[in-house]
Amino acid sequence: MIEVVSAARCVTCDICIRVCPTDVFERGADGVPVIARQGDCQTCFMCEAHCPADALYVAPFADPVPPGSPHADEDVLGAALGEYRRLVGWGGGRTPGSRLDKNHLFTRRLRS
Amino acid sequence: MSEREADVLVLGGGPAGTWAALAAADAGARVVLADKGYCGTSGPTASGGNNLWYVPPDPEARATAVAARFEAGGRLGDRAWMARVVDETYRRVGDLAAWGYPFPSEDGAEVRGSLQGPEYMRRMRRRVHRAGVTILDHHPALRLLVDDRGVAAGASGLARQRDAEPWTVRAAGVVLATGGCAFLSGAFGTNVDTGDGHLMAAELGAELSGMEFSAAYALSPAHGAHTKGLMMQFATYTLGDGTLVDVPDPLGARERIAELLAAGERVFARLDRAPAELREAMRQAQPNYFLPLDKAGIDPFRDRYPVRMVLEGTVRGTGGLRIVGDDCATTVPGLFAAGDVATRELVSGAVSGGGAYNGAWAIASGTFAGRGAARFAAGRGRPHAVPSGGAGPAGGTLDPAAVVAAVQAEVLPLDRNYFRTRDGLRRSLARLDALWRRLSAEGLAGTGRGRLRAREAAALTAHARWAYRAALAREESRGLHRLEDLPLRADLEHRIRVGGLDEPWTVREPPEDPRLAPPPVSRDDAPGALT
Repeated sequence: MIEVVSAARCVTCDICIRVCPTDVFERGADGVPVIARQGDCQTCFMCEAHCPADALYVAPFADPVPPGSPHADEDVLGAALGEYRRLVGWGGGRTPGSRLDKNHLFTRRLRS
Repeated sequence: MSEREADVLVLGGGPAGTWAALAAADAGARVVLADKGYCGTSGPTASGGNNLWYVPPDPEARATAVAARFEAGGRLGDRAWMARVVDETYRRVGDLAAWGYPFPSEDGAEVRGSLQGPEYMRRMRRRVHRAGVTILDHHPALRLLVDDRGVAAGASGLARQRDAEPWTVRAAGVVLATGGCAFLSGAFGTNVDTGDGHLMAAELGAELSGMEFSAAYALSPAHGAHTKGLMMQFATYTLGDGTLVDVPDPLGARERIAELLAAGERVFARLDRAPAELREAMRQAQPNYFLPLDKAGIDPFRDRYPVRMVLEGTVRGTGGLRIVGDDCATTVPGLFAAGDVATRELVSGAVSGGGAYNGAWAIASGTFAGRGAARFAAGRGRPHAVPSGGAGPAGGTLDPAAVVAAVQAEVLPLDRNYFRTRDGLRRSLARLDALWRRLSAEGLAGTGRGRLRAREAAALTAHARWAYRAALAREESRGLHRLEDLPLRADLEHRIRVGGLDEPWTVREPPEDPRLAPPPVSRDDAPGALT
């Protein structure tokens, strides 16, 4: 589930509010999105892929993390923010991940 | 209150909806596309991606592919439809390539058999936008509109990021592409798929088909809901004490794992059969399988990790709105269905469409439905439209969350849905029917954006009832439908239609000789009435 919106990194572009398919975010008074409906998060990582500032962290768990978890601590997470965007290959100077798609190797193995 | 007019209204902005919008716009229609979430991220394709049933136009290769698929689908598919879908998919994927989708290459040639979800759907959105289609994000539809002859004529709903402002789009042709129903199980990308479209269509009398093939579950790491199957070809499974689980082949392990999980065992996977030299390619193929493992600190090649099975319902299952024309017409005039809201029996028969077949179906059926709706709209004046619809739009007192939980209690457990028994289905149906009567009589609570949750709760309830009614009507096991120890029966090689809301019914697809046809409608769930 979405756990972190980094106020330090956020550029208040509202993209995550728009792209979240289950409408989890609300715009905060300072423009930084707040996680308003965490229970609706389906851990699909789409916000993390679309955030241009690598300001979001979606934890890998289907339930909220307990208080004190490193998965909600921006300082511990560091470079983990925006990891999915890197894998998808979005952002300046990156190769689209789809160019590296190797699914054909694995579907072929099943057919043989 | 926002009001718009269009030639074609497309509900849903996943692959089927975007292909439909493009096809309608190409045919000259003015198109509005309304998505419950965001066109470009909504649904399991955007988050998951898929392989494709992609067969180059070599007649022999295509005939072989169709014949194999027909047999794999328990002989309930339709070979002519399969051939059309293969053909259209091939052409449309060629369009995608021409528009610049970055396919991978191998030995200097592009390989076009797989689509990475985020990239695919971001590009589809851009293409739809450039085609002049009006995209309405976060505009869930709550009901369809009809004209005075009962012909579909648009939809209305609420704009959930605009204080739930009501909206209406009047249109001369409507494409439903609202996805299947995974019962809010959490399987990633599927929580927008709550069967809203099926309910809206059924309120206009639409028929469904193949709903017994709805018990699709997929394996996920237990901590998450990342239901990706392809990499499990490299899995070794063990029990909590380390005992090896003996499975015929790792991909066919699902049923054995389901038995163990249903019996309360913990089951662990480890991808230790993956050759070292393939491991980087595995990550590149499916980054969204490995990312949640990496983040959780699990090395899947080294560590055992617990798995669970997550219901994917009619998203990966087969059932949906019955299709009665090559243009993906439903049984409601003016209403066309594409993607997972439609039955995929035509290409998948009784088995899961998985990613590859459903992916091809979304592309092809979206194209057929978009063209069909545009043609229908061109031959029709701007309709005078009035709202239709029952359960949901009016407020009431029942708590939608409690209704959702009650439906989930019947459909999520493996021992109720994966391993079905006639007694179990009857007991579930009795509770689900009682639930439906209550929500019809008392209404569902919620105002503003809460109306959407109310509507979803009603849609899940209706979906579960159709699925289990159809399941009782099929007294055998076939494909995704596993009923007690009843084996497949050659004399049941026919489809089953289901429909109705207050009085659900089932009927077998008429055999070719009408003298052998059963009475047209059964209004009771006793399977004996059908055979």
